[in-house]
Amino acid sequence: MPIKIDVAGLRKNFATDQGTLAVVDDVSLQVGDGEFIAIVGPSGCGKSTLMRMIAGFIPPDSGRVLIDGAVRTQPGPQGILISQHGSVFPWLTVQENLMFGLNGGQSTSEKIAIADHYADIVGLKGFEGSYPHELSGGMLKRVEIARALAVKPAILYMDEPFSALDALMSLRMRNELLKILGRERHTVLLITHDVEEAIHLADRVMVLSPRPTRIQATFEVKMPHPRKLTSPEVQQLRMAILKELGVGSDDEQN
Amino acid sequence: MSRLRQFLPGIAVIVLLIAAWWLVVNATRSVIFPTPWQVVTGTVELIRDGTLWLHIGASLGRVAAGFALAVAVAVPLGLWMGWMRGAYDTLNPLFQILRPISPIAWIPIAILWFGVGNASPIYLIFISSVFPMIVQTVAGVHTIEKRYLRAAENFGVSRYKLFTQVVIPAVLPQIIVGMRIGLGVAWLVVVAAEMIALRSGLGYLIIDSRNAGNRYDLVIAGMIIIGLIGLLLDGLMRGLEGLKMVRWRYAH
Repeated sequence: MPIKIDVAGLRKNFATDQGTLAVVDDVSLQVGDGEFIAIVGPSGCGKSTLMRMIAGFIPPDSGRVLIDGAVRTQPGPQGILISQHGSVFPWLTVQENLMFGLNGGQSTSEKIAIADHYADIVGLKGFEGSYPHELSGGMLKRVEIARALAVKPAILYMDEPFSALDALMSLRMRNELLKILGRERHTVLLITHDVEEAIHLADRVMVLSPRPTRIQATFEVKMPHPRKLTSPEVQQLRMAILKELGVGSDDEQN
Repeated sequence: MSRLRQFLPGIAVIVLLIAAWWLVVNATRSVIFPTPWQVVTGTVELIRDGTLWLHIGASLGRVAAGFALAVAVAVPLGLWMGWMRGAYDTLNPLFQILRPISPIAWIPIAILWFGVGNASPIYLIFISSVFPMIVQTVAGVHTIEKRYLRAAENFGVSRYKLFTQVVIPAVLPQIIVGMRIGLGVAWLVVVAAEMIALRSGLGYLIIDSRNAGNRYDLVIAGMIIIGLIGLLLDGLMRGLEGLKMVRWRYAH
């Protein structure tokens, strides 16, 4: 498996009133082409900062990000970021949102065809003309994912994509995502605080330490899809990851 | 039924006020202050001889010209100032000083520059409505949520598409709010401006009715018509808020 994302020695400090705050401290990781990596960490540990550096939105203080061996300095359509609160444009219809990223030489009718195809894939057929405020939270998430998929990005950066949804919808969206990834090959970097979500989706789970964050442990998830979340292997892995996060089995209520 | 119940108290207050007005004028046997019925007959008189439409048309025409000019200047300027930090830093102090000057204070200068024709009130309307619209547009640009700009950056769109599909639609609801404020101020100002030197318009009607024989029935008729047209204009602007592409902002 060729290396898609190669991150070495990333550091980031923020200046605050109290002085410099070290947020990300020497993170190195490699993601293979088509691999699904989940990064879990305690809240406020700098997960999002790490993600934004890798996606090219903010420059690191030191270290480098290589995508396909070339230095990444700014964001681009080859790596689309999907964040917790979403960025579906409320003033555009679903179809116009899905066409937003299509800036190649396609004609308008080709763009509409692509948009409708991805609307169909994520189950939004019939809602092409709707405005986002007419949709539910789960449907908005689908628009966001479809808009990203429409530009055929090599990488999806997902920053707590489903954490604003209720538990049931979040589970449903995970299954949808797996279905889509079965059809279209993408490298995915997922940031989450939900250990179960990480195990459900990822090939590897990386655990971050509290701030300043660094990679504390890595777990391979070898179970084939579809994964049964109640299986003993999943539970065992979940316990091990929670332990890394400093949540012992004694703290577990269930 | 529930709509009726919603409007009933408001209508009741107006009816009570008119009744009280009638009683007081009758009780004091005032020779100058008209009864509500005299105002009605005065209005009918103005409608019959056609002058009412002339005055309304003149006032609306001036507002339309001054307001359109103000929109044409304020929206591009506001977008530019909102987007470019340097433009904002350069122009904002000047505008903050000009903004609190009452349009009425501009009347002598307007007459000096533009004479006593139509250009003076149009200039006064322009100067009164342009600043609120600039301020709202700038604020609209400054409050665009970063996640939308980040998404546009992520998809690598051209500058043209960034403006036409992200920045302008994002600011549009604020622009409409600015237009509502601007048109409200413009309507206030045109009446004041017409009281000075012009020979037409609702402001002129009011002043002329007083000067030419203390026709206070026509003064009050003019005032009520001004109020009703103002309400209508605001309703028109509120209609813009119902447009599908801006409803997201007002939906909650």
